[in-house]
Amino acid sequence: MSESVATLPKGGRVRPKLGRDDVMMRLWMVVIALYLVVTLAFPLYAMLSKSVSTFRFDLTWFEFQVSNEEGRFDAAPILASALNANLGLYVEADLVTGSDGRLAATEFFPEFSFRSPVMYRIRGTVDDATFLVGSTRHQGQEWVELDSNTFRRVQLRPATSTGLDNFRTYFATPALSNSITNSLVIATLSTIVTIVLAFAYAYALNRSCARFKGFFRLVAMAPILVPSLLPGIALVYLFGNQGMLKSLLMGESIYGPIGIVIGAVFFTFPHAFLILSTALAISDARLYEAAAALRASPWKTFWTVTIPGARYGLISAAFVVFNLVITDFGLPKVIGGQYNVLAVDIYKQVIGQQNFEMGAVVSVVLVIPALLAFAVDRFVQRRQVAQLTARSVPFQPKPDRARDRAWFTCCTVIAVFILGILGVCQFAALVKFWPYDLSLSLNNYRFDLMDGGGWASYYNSIKMGLITAAVGTVIIFFGAFLVEKSNGFTTGRNIFQMFAMLPMAIPGMVLGLAYIFFFNDPANPLHVLYGTMAILVICTITHFYTVSHLTAVTALKQMDREFEAVSASLKQPAMKLFSRVTVPVCLPAILDISIYLFVNAMTTVSAVVFLYSPKTSLASVAVLNMDDAGDIAPAAAMGMMIFYTNAAARIIHLALSRGVMKRTQAWRFR
Amino acid sequence: MLRKVPLAISVAAAALIGTAANAQTELTVYTAFEAEDLKRYADTFNEDHPDITINWVRDSTGIVTAKLLAEKNNPQADVVWGLAATSLLLLKSEGMLEPYAPVGVEALDPKFVDNDDPPAWVGQDAWVASICFNTVEGEKYGLTAPGSWKDLLDPMYAGHVIMPNPNSSGTGFLDVSSWLQMFGEEEGWAFMDGLHENIARYTHSGSKPCKLAAAGKIPIGVSFAFRGAKSKAAGAPLEIIVPSEGVGWDMEAGGIIAGTANLEAAQTLLDWAVTRKAMEMYNVGYAVIAMPGVAKPVEHFPEGLLDAMIDNDFEWAANNRAAILAEWQSRYDGKSEPKS
Repeated sequence: MSESVATLPKGGRVRPKLGRDDVMMRLWMVVIALYLVVTLAFPLYAMLSKSVSTFRFDLTWFEFQVSNEEGRFDAAPILASALNANLGLYVEADLVTGSDGRLAATEFFPEFSFRSPVMYRIRGTVDDATFLVGSTRHQGQEWVELDSNTFRRVQLRPATSTGLDNFRTYFATPALSNSITNSLVIATLSTIVTIVLAFAYAYALNRSCARFKGFFRLVAMAPILVPSLLPGIALVYLFGNQGMLKSLLMGESIYGPIGIVIGAVFFTFPHAFLILSTALAISDARLYEAAAALRASPWKTFWTVTIPGARYGLISAAFVVFNLVITDFGLPKVIGGQYNVLAVDIYKQVIGQQNFEMGAVVSVVLVIPALLAFAVDRFVQRRQVAQLTARSVPFQPKPDRARDRAWFTCCTVIAVFILGILGVCQFAALVKFWPYDLSLSLNNYRFDLMDGGGWASYYNSIKMGLITAAVGTVIIFFGAFLVEKSNGFTTGRNIFQMFAMLPMAIPGMVLGLAYIFFFNDPANPLHVLYGTMAILVICTITHFYTVSHLTAVTALKQMDREFEAVSASLKQPAMKLFSRVTVPVCLPAILDISIYLFVNAMTTVSAVVFLYSPKTSLASVAVLNMDDAGDIAPAAAMGMMIFYTNAAARIIHLALSRGVMKRTQAWRFR
Repeated sequence: MLRKVPLAISVAAAALIGTAANAQTELTVYTAFEAEDLKRYADTFNEDHPDITINWVRDSTGIVTAKLLAEKNNPQADVVWGLAATSLLLLKSEGMLEPYAPVGVEALDPKFVDNDDPPAWVGQDAWVASICFNTVEGEKYGLTAPGSWKDLLDPMYAGHVIMPNPNSSGTGFLDVSSWLQMFGEEEGWAFMDGLHENIARYTHSGSKPCKLAAAGKIPIGVSFAFRGAKSKAAGAPLEIIVPSEGVGWDMEAGGIIAGTANLEAAQTLLDWAVTRKAMEMYNVGYAVIAMPGVAKPVEHFPEGLLDAMIDNDFEWAANNRAAILAEWQSRYDGKSEPKS
């Protein structure tokens, strides 16, 4: 509170008195923020500390003694560091290594011969010093005596410390750091293409009278119903070496940036569409009336009314798509070929080489663009003004034959692309042995004979989806309400907002790993959750927090704060406003959030791949595992099972929405 | 109020799942056995030991190994059964295995058993590198079947070969380490330089190249014999080739995780895993198994596989793994552009 203004005397600070509502809302916000801290911040901290835990051979830790030819130890013991200095073998930088680093002890004895009768002794000078004889681990200060033939099998192990060595190694290895450029290129390209297409599509559905809107809306959401690696599988069938449309590529390979961008446009399309559609759904007809009265051309109206009105949605959508692409690992893994991207690098480091530290470093690098996106988002949001004021008149499009037909064609092209990808997968799943035996069979559905946990994994996925949708929607919407509609407490709300944005930036694989490090620590009281369905649910809610939160915020932003003012002046508690006005008005968005959580719980792969246990194997992981093992057709089959389940859920959701719309949204049409 | 209830329910539900009372001993077994074998293996084991229930945690070698290492301070597994010996050596060097000599281990070929006494791990069967050659696709492109590794350097194979990336696949590492052991460091890298020119792309999984060859997506896949035999049995026009210079191999092995609460049951499982009955069970899919004289020929397996297996130095491979992978990465993985 120390405001030092040199000349004027200090005036008293005006602070509005906190009402009971304000206290309540803050309390709840703290509870939800605490949830995010435990499920996000702590695991990420565990991950971060992994990235700075370094491994280095400490040569002062090891001491040797060499006998003469008769096996008598007359010479004094000598430190490895002294031997190294004498021989001039390694400089400090050479001694940096990974967690599995090994250094042969014989390196320090140029005259060493495994046939020699000379005996060797080795010991650590500290208790933590570790070395291997063969593959047996020795630790501590006891002398170990070995003959020459055994001594050649001695390997020194590194000491752990903290530092930035891993980052240095990362940026000094072009094979790794090149992926940064690759990832940025892919994400930027995909974002531009997706946003243009999704905006056109959302515009057609909200601002024109094109036919079959309901159908197009359904199709647009279809990609969200399948795991991100499914378009990759379809593209292999379409453009791979045996592909039906291979000639279209004119000799270019689908394995690489082309494949990733096409697939990424497919799987990010609904995410962009969801946000843009919400942004375009409500607009003030008075602005368009004004534009028409001022004789502005449609083109000018578009750029001065429509785009600025949807600005917040556009930027949110762009940053969501960008982050989805850059953090996705399923798609580039299937179709990326030799085009290395950051998310796959994490997989290669962790799975291929068990190098958790380097995996953590890549993850940290991957978080940076997402943090930048967050900064941009905050900047734009500050300029956002409420669209739907209490005096607004909802915009209703008027029919225009030529225009509507053009929009219809545009939607049709996109819809054919989406349905084509799905159709190919379904066809591939039903074919007996592509391309040699094209007869149809259900062989690829015998999941119990393949990787991934069989049919049980499918039922587990449904169960997890339902719990995630129920619990997640409540937490997320309530959180968004608190952060949007409470008064004052700006710092707290900003911090909360940052936490809510963060999950989008965290690749699922990193989140999964972070969960192992955090939740599997026996010192952590929450470690009972490890290996249960609960941890899968928590991980999934956290992983998909951001888009749900943004959907909720976008919907809430369209409600003028005058509602609060009115309710306060009528002396109504905030919770009553919440349940009587906010929830009913935002019900379409709430239903969208719950279906979004359900389908993503069904399709998520990377976040849960480290967390599932024998009793909680999941269908989406089964798709990954089957594709990984080369069982591509069964992978497509399971992917399509996920699709049908999600489609069914979506239809139920649609029916529910219809009923709800009738009851609660009548005010939109008059 | 609104959010407390569902969370409480889910936590309670989770607790219920966790403590589901069962008179049986439940063993959590981490494995990389083929998924299609899991049920058969568990059923065969339960014929003799109905009181022990096996809960499989199955994943590819890399994921299981990563999971085990990540859980180092609080192991969840009781037993590892059917994981690459290379991975078990890694676990052993981290002090994660409980040494135990299964009853009857003497009957196994010593190269399938850890050198220490008592051994930290015992092997079950071997998976051996091979080349899967799609005869239909080969004919289409006018390719002759390669007879040796060095044949693959012929320019006619350019863009027609797929192999696993050793940085993400155990089989890939097995190939690279066997070439370095057979040809020597210098010649080995020279061979891979040449091979790289012909490689269409590297996959992340070891069995995928063969499945891709089986599906005609590429004429030649560097993979392992077991996968080839399975695809051939499923009707793929494959020829499984054992290169004349020799082939690398690894074994599926098992061990007890140190600190398990079910030590007795874990030992029972390991005892059973080295019995003749178990060996016959592995032999259904695998031609090379740990107990000499038991194996019957497996259909579609190439001949001469046993003789072609090199004298694989697992310890050398484990000690040099990091350096080999780094070298491989800087030579071949830096290239970002995919080829044809």
